Amino acid sequence: MRQYLNVVTAYVIMVILIILVGIFQSWSQALSILNYCLISAVMTMGANIQWGYAGLINFGIMGYTALGGLAVVLVSVAPVPEAWKAGGLNMMVCAGIIVGMIYSIRYSLKKIQKSIKRNYLIAGIIIIGLILIRLISGPAIENIEAVNPAKTGFLGGLGLPILFSWIVGAFFAGGLAYVIGKIALGLRADYLAIATLLIAEIVVSIIKHEDWLARGVKNVIGLKRPVPYEVDLQSTPWFINFVEKFNSGKLKVINSVTERQDVLNQLVIDASSVYVKLCMAGLFLTVVVVLLIITQKALYSPWGRKMRAIRDNEEAAGAMGKNVVKEHLLIFILGSAVVGIAGAMMVTNDGLFTPGSYRPMRYTFVIWVMVIVGGTGNNFGAILGGFAVWFLWVEAAPIALFLINFFTSHLPETNALKIHLIQSAPYFRFLMIGMGVLLIMRYRPQGILPEKIIKQ
Amino acid sequence: MDFLNAIILILNYTIIPALSYGSQLALGAIFVTLIYGVLRFANFATGDMMSFGTMFAVLLTFYFQSLGINLGVLPTALLTIPFAIIMMILYMLTIDKLVFSYYRIKKSPPVVLAMVSVGVMFVTQAIIRIIIGPFDRRFLDGEKFILKATEFKEMTGLNEGLTIKSTQAITIIVTIIVVSIMFWFLNKTKTGTSMRAYSDNEDLALLSGIDPKKVVLMTWVIAGVLATIGGVLYGLDKSYKPFVYFNNMLPIFAAAIVGGIGNPFGAFLGGYVVAFGEIFITYAYKKFFTYILPESLEPNSLMQLLSTDYKFAVSFSILVIVLLFRPSGIFKGLRL
Repeated sequence: MRQYLNVVTAYVIMVILIILVGIFQSWSQALSILNYCLISAVMTMGANIQWGYAGLINFGIMGYTALGGLAVVLVSVAPVPEAWKAGGLNMMVCAGIIVGMIYSIRYSLKKIQKSIKRNYLIAGIIIIGLILIRLISGPAIENIEAVNPAKTGFLGGLGLPILFSWIVGAFFAGGLAYVIGKIALGLRADYLAIATLLIAEIVVSIIKHEDWLARGVKNVIGLKRPVPYEVDLQSTPWFINFVEKFNSGKLKVINSVTERQDVLNQLVIDASSVYVKLCMAGLFLTVVVVLLIITQKALYSPWGRKMRAIRDNEEAAGAMGKNVVKEHLLIFILGSAVVGIAGAMMVTNDGLFTPGSYRPMRYTFVIWVMVIVGGTGNNFGAILGGFAVWFLWVEAAPIALFLINFFTSHLPETNALKIHLIQSAPYFRFLMIGMGVLLIMRYRPQGILPEKIIKQ
Repeated sequence: MDFLNAIILILNYTIIPALSYGSQLALGAIFVTLIYGVLRFANFATGDMMSFGTMFAVLLTFYFQSLGINLGVLPTALLTIPFAIIMMILYMLTIDKLVFSYYRIKKSPPVVLAMVSVGVMFVTQAIIRIIIGPFDRRFLDGEKFILKATEFKEMTGLNEGLTIKSTQAITIIVTIIVVSIMFWFLNKTKTGTSMRAYSDNEDLALLSGIDPKKVVLMTWVIAGVLATIGGVLYGLDKSYKPFVYFNNMLPIFAAAIVGGIGNPFGAFLGGYVVAFGEIFITYAYKKFFTYILPESLEPNSLMQLLSTDYKFAVSFSILVIVLLFRPSGIFKGLRL
């Protein structure tokens, strides 16, 4: 038990912090923070699998998150039959052409000997394919985007349950990781970081500007939910009864019937939002726990030992007969798939898909800060990092505001410096996060909860 | 006549903008490559450091304007550059002293330093936003155009006008001056040679008595000059917005890698490769072809390879292609 003491303490502190937010701000706010903390924890676990287990640096988190979000739209939104009629066939043909291109290139790479002729052939296949795609898709895209552009203007999805999209998100992200891994995994660590960052930017810019796919920057709103809606709850008898019972002490004090009804209505509205967020938190917690069990099992399995051996000394592991390239690719795909799940979870939680909001700052660098702060190679640490950094990211502005007011309390309200500082309070979150990283890197480079190697 | 029109069109819409954008990228890319070559890490705070230097130029420009000091037809910002550079170098040296030197002495792997630079990026961004705010600021004054389209049309009688903005001319001229001084310094002076020696082989350089402190100091000084000038030129040409500078880090990295990271001359050319790639691929050639082709062959589409939305994506794709086929950059072997 002693050895788990620091883990337990760290998590208890985190839970107390969230409860404090619930008491001092509101329970709804506390639960939103908790939900985002859980989502961040899944992302961090994904990044930790790559960085902590295998030492692969992946700055493309943003791309996988966006693909996970895209999966939610493509799976859960109802299909738009008019758009399919207008250009669905052409888009399917284009997809067929892309598949054909890939297979013919693979075939020529395998069967024809390396020569200038082969290069010309491959270049020819790509150019002809691109021209064909341009010719076929051009009018189709115009037609699709013309279908009721204010509301749809895209092909829509499959209309399946939204939870299914979390798995699809994992497959999308894994697929992208396969492609990126094939291209970039041979590179040196910092080259790999830059390459993955830039490839993720390409992916996001495609999602942003291909309106026929998921409406691009016009956003998809009103996605389905795996949990009940607040409005429905507010008119459900059992829920109202439950709230009444729960708050019976508070309600008894009020004598007037109409006043009591008003208070009850307000309580029901508050409680419905808390209830919905609790349901979401339950779902997310299930994902986190399942992933935690799997990753812990993997970390202490022969496979985990092999990964650590590869991380610590690639040459030696290679000499022992381990296929370093294959294992790197596998772990790259696995980690990215986990991030893809997180991306799908996030869009499900928000109920909207906004490709314009995918920025490297928020979805790559902050996640990396979480991994480093939490502890590389330790799953509990990764989850804790997700919680702690997200908590700081959200609560930094109130904390900064409090500190500014405290330190400038002797200054008059009209003081220019004070007004300027109060206006720039939201930017102190960058300062806190940055200082946090620098301090952790300097004084505790293994993170809050360092990697623990259990000797069998 | 049509042929001349076509050439002017291409000059006006692609070559001149690409030259000035490429110069701005080139300065940034040399900055990245110098840090990578001498200090051996990928500096993710690049964009924000450029932004930091530019911030001082912007603030000083506003201050000078309030005092009534200006350069007449030239933008006041040019006058503020030396002061901004001094502030920038001071900031960089402070950061190096407080943060980077510890890892350098400990000989940490480059990945750790890159992670640390992410922390520096956050802090720099916060300082910039707290001091100047996240808003868009224009600080260009003086004459806006050297040559206006209407004047050019009157002068030559052509259909197409040629516009040269003063910022474009300033960018290109300043870049040529700065880069040539820098290459002269790196190649002909003793300090420059010692820097190159240190970058090629640290141990041998130390053995032959090169002072590593001096090399590091000189690197930050040159980096500060390049970062500030590159940032100010970009800000004059477009406008100053901290977020945009952060995003500019990405094409700058692309330029540095395309040119072969660690190789200043490659980075210089890489900036232009990326800029020309971006603009040539996203330009709509319809008008160009209507000038040079006979009427029967005139195109009816835009003749655009990719829409301008994908401008950034083009530079990243160039990078991916380079990484795939020549991971050490297309100007490999083009040593100083």
